[in-house]
Amino acid sequence: MKRPPFPALVFVLIMFASPLLGAERFPRPELPPDHVQPVTSRPMPPGPFYGWIDTAVLVVTLALAAHLALRRRSRAAIFAVMLFSLVYFGFYRKGCICPIGAIQRVAESLGTGSAVSVFALLFFGVPLIFALFFGRVFCSSVCPLGAIQDVVLLRPLKVPAWLEHGLRLFAYAYLGLAVLFAVTGAGYVICRYDPFVSFFRLSGGMQMFLLGISFLVTCLFVGRAYCRFLCPLGVLLGLASRVSRWRTTITPDECIKCRLCEDACPFGSIRKPTAEPTGANRTEGKLRLGLLVLALPLVIATGAVLGHAAGDVLARAHPTVLRAREVRAAGAGTPGDEALRTQAFLKTGRTLEQLRADEQNVLAEFGVGTAILGGFLGLVVGGRLVALSVRRTRTDYEADRGRCVACGRCFAHCPREHVRRQKLRGEPILIKDQAGKT
Amino acid sequence: MADDEKQLTRRDILRTGAGFAGLAALGGGLGFLYVRRKTEDLVWQIDPDKCIQCGNCETNCVLKPSAVKCVHAFTICGYCDYCFGFFNEKFGGQTTAAEGQLCPVDALHRKHVTGPYYEYAIDEERCTACGRCAKGCNKYGNGSLHLQVRHDRCLNCSQCSIAEACPSEAFVRVPANEPYLMKPRGETA
Repeated sequence: MKRPPFPALVFVLIMFASPLLGAERFPRPELPPDHVQPVTSRPMPPGPFYGWIDTAVLVVTLALAAHLALRRRSRAAIFAVMLFSLVYFGFYRKGCICPIGAIQRVAESLGTGSAVSVFALLFFGVPLIFALFFGRVFCSSVCPLGAIQDVVLLRPLKVPAWLEHGLRLFAYAYLGLAVLFAVTGAGYVICRYDPFVSFFRLSGGMQMFLLGISFLVTCLFVGRAYCRFLCPLGVLLGLASRVSRWRTTITPDECIKCRLCEDACPFGSIRKPTAEPTGANRTEGKLRLGLLVLALPLVIATGAVLGHAAGDVLARAHPTVLRAREVRAAGAGTPGDEALRTQAFLKTGRTLEQLRADEQNVLAEFGVGTAILGGFLGLVVGGRLVALSVRRTRTDYEADRGRCVACGRCFAHCPREHVRRQKLRGEPILIKDQAGKT
Repeated sequence: MADDEKQLTRRDILRTGAGFAGLAALGGGLGFLYVRRKTEDLVWQIDPDKCIQCGNCETNCVLKPSAVKCVHAFTICGYCDYCFGFFNEKFGGQTTAAEGQLCPVDALHRKHVTGPYYEYAIDEERCTACGRCAKGCNKYGNGSLHLQVRHDRCLNCSQCSIAEACPSEAFVRVPANEPYLMKPRGETA
């Protein structure tokens, strides 16, 4: 890159800066003694009251969602709670504070040491704690973003397994990118590109509106497209849900392998029983698994190298880098009125060398950060391949532990569920199970 | 069958172990962050020494109209007759008619005090935080008109969306019990 002519630039900048060095140019006049000078008010921020209300609503809706999905097994009731959350957290609280965005606040606090409000911690932690006990009940009926996608689901298309697996990797990349940007101070990407918040707030500009509309149209046919393929919190909740103590099940008691639930899930979260492996593909499978495990470090290393190489490009989202680039560009010509970052730089009184050093610091940070991000993505991709190659024996139809969002759509597809409901209502049992018992 | 059961148990133990490990990590991490926050909660504010009155505050707040308003530091105001924050220099003449005023929404009013001195006050309900008056005042005057986040309006988002759009990185987090960085600086402390 060509070095701009620095001495000339400094001169131009000083000329330009002089009117900005504002001082008391006009001394305060002698005012009449009876003159009462107004006082500029300083209204204080509202106390934590509403924060606690929000937290209480969060805990109550989560508890309700867990109860309805795991004990009551009622899709209608889950839907009702979901609508309430859509109205409360979405349209009333305007989609903020949300646990998805709270990831960034927590990451920023961990990375930079800035103090974080107790509500950001609670909104981040409570859904995860619930997921560790009950699965992703947050997704089903508390998240306003999930709710707005769920209500528009019209005619779900089946996404092929290979595409589903591939697209779901984007969520990991989005999570990694959001954490990297939050820690380095480049902004909160999750919030900036939240596709639905412009509906909640009825503001946000044409681009965000179009993004939201296109997501909603997609969600007519691809159930919860944002949740499945992008949501960074979905990744964390999915991990927690995999080891959850209890979870939503398709059948209330035993699976009779009737296949009726096979297509019940619009989100591709139902796992079929596995076929018995034959001798030949068993050996082949073991070989593949071995190779993939051996290749894993290589995939991680490749990811890290590629990530490091992408560092400088990604760093352009950082305000310091943006400023340095703009000041350099302005140095080539004369800074115009639109060169806002240059004007702001002049006001700081910092030198070009200092700015350059700041920029180098950010670039170095990004170099390390993107290498870690790339390595993480390599681990995710490699780990996914390994996981897909591990043979799992499944005898029943099951909801995928990580993917199931506990929406309860599959309940009504299970004949055992109908038996349970008839028993609850005290009606005569009409369906016999496999063993011929009623 | 026995094999199957054994495998299931092992997996269950691993799963439960991972669950408790996750819970412990989560609790530990969040507890650490909670204990470490020495100050009380933080809110957003504009550092007037960095602000260049670019006008992004008007358009980038999640609220319409913006939670940012222009405020007036009366103690450093020169009480000028020809106020650079009030009159539109491009219009030339010194007329208080709408076309001669900088403020597009008639939120800056003036009142005669004595001699050639006028007092300027902001109608906060009307102010849209476009920053035109503050820009004029800072460019040629004392800089007594300046922009501040008004905390009876601000939603205190985790990340202020104006802060993301601010070219001068003038948005800073300040303690909630001293939420203003008003001019003259030092008066806030």
